[in-house]
Amino acid sequence: MAHRMLRIVPEKCTGCMQCELACSFVQTGAFQPSRSVIRVHLFDEQASYAPYTCFQCREAWCMTACPVNAIAVNLATGAKVVLEQTCVGCALCTIACPFGTMFYNPDTKKAFKCNLCEGDPACARACPTAAIVYEAAAPDWMTPWADKVHSRYLEAVSSSS
Amino acid sequence: MGGWTGKILRVDLTRRSVKVEPLNIAWARDFIGGRGLGARYLFAEMDPRVDALSPDNKLIFATGPLTGTNASCGARYMVVTKGALTGAITTSNSGGHWGPELKFAGYDMVIVEGKAPEPMYLWIYDDEVEIRSARHLWGRTTWETEDLIREESGVPDAVVASIGPAGERLVRFACIINDRHRAAGRSGVGAVMGSKNLKAIAVRGTRGVALAEPKAFLEATWTAKARMAKNPVTGSGFAKFGTLATMDPINEVGALPTFNHQQGQFEGVQQIGAGALKKSGRLLTNKACFACTIACGRVTKVTGGGVERYTIYTSRKNWRMAAEGPEYENAWSLGADCGIADQDAILMANYLCNELGMDPISMGVTVAAAMELYEKGVLTEEQCGIALRFGSGGALLKMVEDTGWRRGIGAELAEGAMRLTARFGHPELFMGVKGQEFPAYDPRGLQGMGLGYATSNRGACHLRAFTAGAEVFGKMDRTATDGKAELTKKLQDTGAGSYDASGLCSFVDSAIGPKDVVPMLAAATGLPYTVEEILKIGERIHNLERLFNLRAGFTAKDDTLPRRMLAEPTPSGPSAGMVNRLAEMLPRYYEIRGWDADGRPTPAKLADLGLA
Ligand code: SF4
Repeated sequence: MAHRMLRIVPEKCTGCMQCELACSFVQTGAFQPSRSVIRVHLFDEQASYAPYTCFQCREAWCMTACPVNAIAVNLATGAKVVLEQTCVGCALCTIACPFGTMFYNPDTKKAFKCNLCEGDPACARACPTAAIVYEAAAPDWMTPWADKVHSRYLEAVSSSS
Repeated sequence: MGGWTGKILRVDLTRRSVKVEPLNIAWARDFIGGRGLGARYLFAEMDPRVDALSPDNKLIFATGPLTGTNASCGARYMVVTKGALTGAITTSNSGGHWGPELKFAGYDMVIVEGKAPEPMYLWIYDDEVEIRSARHLWGRTTWETEDLIREESGVPDAVVASIGPAGERLVRFACIINDRHRAAGRSGVGAVMGSKNLKAIAVRGTRGVALAEPKAFLEATWTAKARMAKNPVTGSGFAKFGTLATMDPINEVGALPTFNHQQGQFEGVQQIGAGALKKSGRLLTNKACFACTIACGRVTKVTGGGVERYTIYTSRKNWRMAAEGPEYENAWSLGADCGIADQDAILMANYLCNELGMDPISMGVTVAAAMELYEKGVLTEEQCGIALRFGSGGALLKMVEDTGWRRGIGAELAEGAMRLTARFGHPELFMGVKGQEFPAYDPRGLQGMGLGYATSNRGACHLRAFTAGAEVFGKMDRTATDGKAELTKKLQDTGAGSYDASGLCSFVDSAIGPKDVVPMLAAATGLPYTVEEILKIGERIHNLERLFNLRAGFTAKDDTLPRRMLAEPTPSGPSAGMVNRLAEMLPRYYEIRGWDADGRPTPAKLADLGLA
């Protein structure tokens, strides 16, 4: 299951916010950084800037926390996506996510998060410095273990649907 | 309609009231935004003869329809007011994140009127707008002010534009700082803010900037971005070297003003240029403003022992942290013009200007004038508290700090170079126009820059008609006066209409022009703008500012340069023997502007521009 992921290269980031603008445009059709699911942090005194967004954890805490199974896996991209019809807006997922990358929209009263734009992430396209690249992740020590958990899960969902 | 939010905030500090008003859409169409729209409101609402530091002056913060969008460099806001340094209309531009945040809060402009009875700051969080006490912030630096407001409000994403001790003390060239290192720098807009007892405007916005035709807008911004990425200046040069890349070529043609414009070349240029900043390890990385794909910002650190060598009393905890600067202008004004080749001194003076809230161009040129007064024996070591010699980093830093706090001789420097030199009997040593100090191009070696300085509506300025682009990096003969009137007018109108009014940074202009801006503006606003119309809007803005200045009491006599530029030839180097031949260019300039011999727009011109 070699899904591509968003790799962040902080040394290249200039803090320009084009990624947030592109993301918010996908979410809302307007430029509204407060609705972006990628967030840029400017560590000015350390001369360091970096965006961060959902890692699409293989074992996702948001999914585990959701009481109504409103978070599903997109089998093509591996993205964890919020099913708007099912979401009841309890916001438990936003508390469960250890990375702060699950958000709550007070207007729609639903949770929202990065869905990798169906395999063509707008942030990576918009970044002028290639500080965000959408590519196959290099395996680390956790990968084989997480893959096992993940594929077990995928089997379960695909057989139940 | 999109681009504009359609709402403006009117804040009356005297009455402590805040009102939301609809944007005047007819004016928005004819003046676009930023510099143009701000000038339109100021001209309509205020008598140009009011004292710049009185409660009658208004202080306008204006964004453009492209501010807050993904148009590359759509970060800008303009501060429009009567300048404390010049008494002329000023339009002072800043990047960073403040302008976009104001749009996200739902406003195109903020108009500040009157004077608060005691220090206040304005808090804007979408619909929540409040005038709050700033007693506890008075006397704080701009950096401390930003941190304190974010802490006390509990809103870490609030973006703050504030004045420092210099603005509070009405230093005539005080600026407004946002995001720590971004400045609405010139003409003393910070002093106007200080005179109103307004310490800061903090903004947090969570809404969006909508577009009339989203798809067409994205296409237009992507086309412009692709063009900028391919251009050697906007694509890589400015990211690698910053604006400092300009220093070597300007020095090579003998137009780098040195020792208060006595010379056109600086010996120490190798020690303070772009290469040196990188090699010495002081340059840590580059940084972008909001939506900027150029990223010319220099993120630097004092590494050369400057912290040990120099004594600074303001915010010492910051001297070990990364900060921003210098740009070319600051490296020149605080460096070459004062004869200083020590990077640490320049960096520290630059950071100090940001913390205290002062324009480093005017600061450096004022120190250079004081150094020349000292050289002539007019100012003494006793008066200054230090030997105010050209080349002394210690003297520079002491002057900067004393000026920001208005201490000792600093109280005289705080009045700017024109008033300083006049006060000590040598008005001929003021290097500037209409009270505003020169930027980093000697008009003796660059004829066009002289005309641009003399006719800029906000006093000497390199951003209103950057003829050096054509004269040094392009094909025009820098020593000739032919065609400079036409070039100056064209650049003035293009800049005003396409970048300054729309919310873009003028640095886009190496790569894109009105024909790229038009599709963005049209798709954002839904109005069928054309290139001709944008240039006409630029001309309209320039003429409106001119009318303001004429009513404020300026005449053709003020469209001039200091005697040194007109009559004292550059002593040596590639521009040796040259003076600026303004008299060969100015009449032609008036003529093609449609102005009479006294520099007044003719009724026919005003009618043509819809200003009659
Ligand atoms: S678009 Fe790229 S460079 Fe700009 S803030 Fe995002 S990650 Fe950084």
